[in-house]
Amino acid sequence: MAGLELLSDQGYRLDGRKASELRKVQARMGVFAQADGSAYLEQGNTKALAVVYGPHEIRGSRSRALHDRAVINCQYSMATFSTAERKRRPHGDRKSTEMSLHLKQTFEAAVMTQLYPRSQIDIYVKILQSDGGNYSVCVNAATLAVIDAGIPMRDYVCACTVGFVDETPLADLCYAEESGGVSSLALALLPRGGQIALLQMDARLHQDHLETLIEAAMTACKGVSKVLDEVVRQHLQEVSVLTGE
Amino acid sequence: MAADMRLPTIRKPVSLSVSTSDRKDLVVPGDVITSDTGFMRGHGTYVDEDKLTASVAGEVQRVDKLICVRPLKTRFNGEVGDVVVGRITEVQQKRWKVETNSRLDSVLLLSSVNLPGGELRRRSAEDELTMREYLQEGDLISAEVQSVFSDGALSLHTRSLKYGKLGQGVLVQLSPSLIKRQKTHFHNLPCGASIILGNNGFVWLYPTPEQQEEEAGGFYTSLEPVSLSDREVISRLRNCLLALAAHKVLLYDTSVLYCYESSLQHQVKDILKPEVMEEIVMLTQQKLLEQEG
Repeated sequence: MAGLELLSDQGYRLDGRKASELRKVQARMGVFAQADGSAYLEQGNTKALAVVYGPHEIRGSRSRALHDRAVINCQYSMATFSTAERKRRPHGDRKSTEMSLHLKQTFEAAVMTQLYPRSQIDIYVKILQSDGGNYSVCVNAATLAVIDAGIPMRDYVCACTVGFVDETPLADLCYAEESGGVSSLALALLPRGGQIALLQMDARLHQDHLETLIEAAMTACKGVSKVLDEVVRQHLQEVSVLTGE
Repeated sequence: MAADMRLPTIRKPVSLSVSTSDRKDLVVPGDVITSDTGFMRGHGTYVDEDKLTASVAGEVQRVDKLICVRPLKTRFNGEVGDVVVGRITEVQQKRWKVETNSRLDSVLLLSSVNLPGGELRRRSAEDELTMREYLQEGDLISAEVQSVFSDGALSLHTRSLKYGKLGQGVLVQLSPSLIKRQKTHFHNLPCGASIILGNNGFVWLYPTPEQQEEEAGGFYTSLEPVSLSDREVISRLRNCLLALAAHKVLLYDTSVLYCYESSLQHQVKDILKPEVMEEIVMLTQQKLLEQEG
């Protein structure tokens, strides 16, 4: 192992968590009045803001319209001040484009797009502070924003990154762990049915370990979904007391 | 110039009703509503392995055998007869496209507008060429929903003198769920301004017209300067609407008027300050409760 000891002999990680422990998740729904749906989510030190517009008429070239379902348009961006080194371009670089594509795939699996033919749903996510697990935090924030917009989904989509160190899977990696040369895996899950919306891994891992890693990722996603569920129910309760006739 | 600043704090919307009990009819996406197969699937639900499941977060509504979930906030779902305020986005052949906060742009057919020169007039090819003279991109109109297409798009009509192009005034865009359905959505408020509460959440505030112009067919727009007092009343109403919307109070003529009256002791620009907003909304809710008895 190079330099850092990611998992101590006592079983603690760099930031003092246990191997399967998640970071603290805090979230708020309906942060903007202008958008159809919006949410702010913090997972440890990673902070993301998600905004949803739609479903609305296709803007721009009409040829993109699909006659049987809605088009989902995602944009992932990172604030210039979100990383330790100031970023030049907030969005449009290769990494962000790839991330946008992944978000799009994830939400196409969860949102019931066939209900809105010939329309478009925009999901914009911005990372305000980056401390590892950017993709998963974006997915979690965007899920809340989509629910806030009242767009039908099959289930929540919850995502989590999992790393593999010393034969143990580590849930919800932070930046120090991600950059420490861990083989990590990002998983987006529809928790109730256990369907996988997206699975991404770009590191080497022995085939035998894959199963345990996916298993750990699913448990972590279910943990996240519990927190999101609480946030949504709390929000519902608050708003329905006001509008309830 | 004195600047007004405050730190970001979470403010809970004020409410006079004290129902803190857990409501059982609230569901989130993926919640199983019932596994009984005798029920019909309505909006906001889907069937997953013979179980009726919610697909949006909201409250469950049951009408006989039909189960729907109504989300707290959504785009405008138009119904025939709804009054809407919209903006022209496109002029096409024989039709205008209108943005009405709906899922798809609405359609206003040339044949469903009143053209100047009487009701019974044939639409000629010339009319088609001069469509842009009546309504062009960016114009605001008030209209009524004539029919709903199968894909959910709305067809509008302005075949009444009360509908048509909107002239000088202020547009406020709010959530459609805040507008109370009523017999009439056009009100001349006694405070000196008029209001159109569009069912789609677009609210139009304008100075009360002095006399109804005939023969204009709803395309005449007055460019007379509006007096300062009228403009003040309209600005105050606009801020009142935003205050009511921030605290999720249903909007209709009485609630807007009560809010206006409660706000009179404050300056127009102060209404949007969070403390003042809370105070005004509280007063309004009290008056509404008293009126209900």
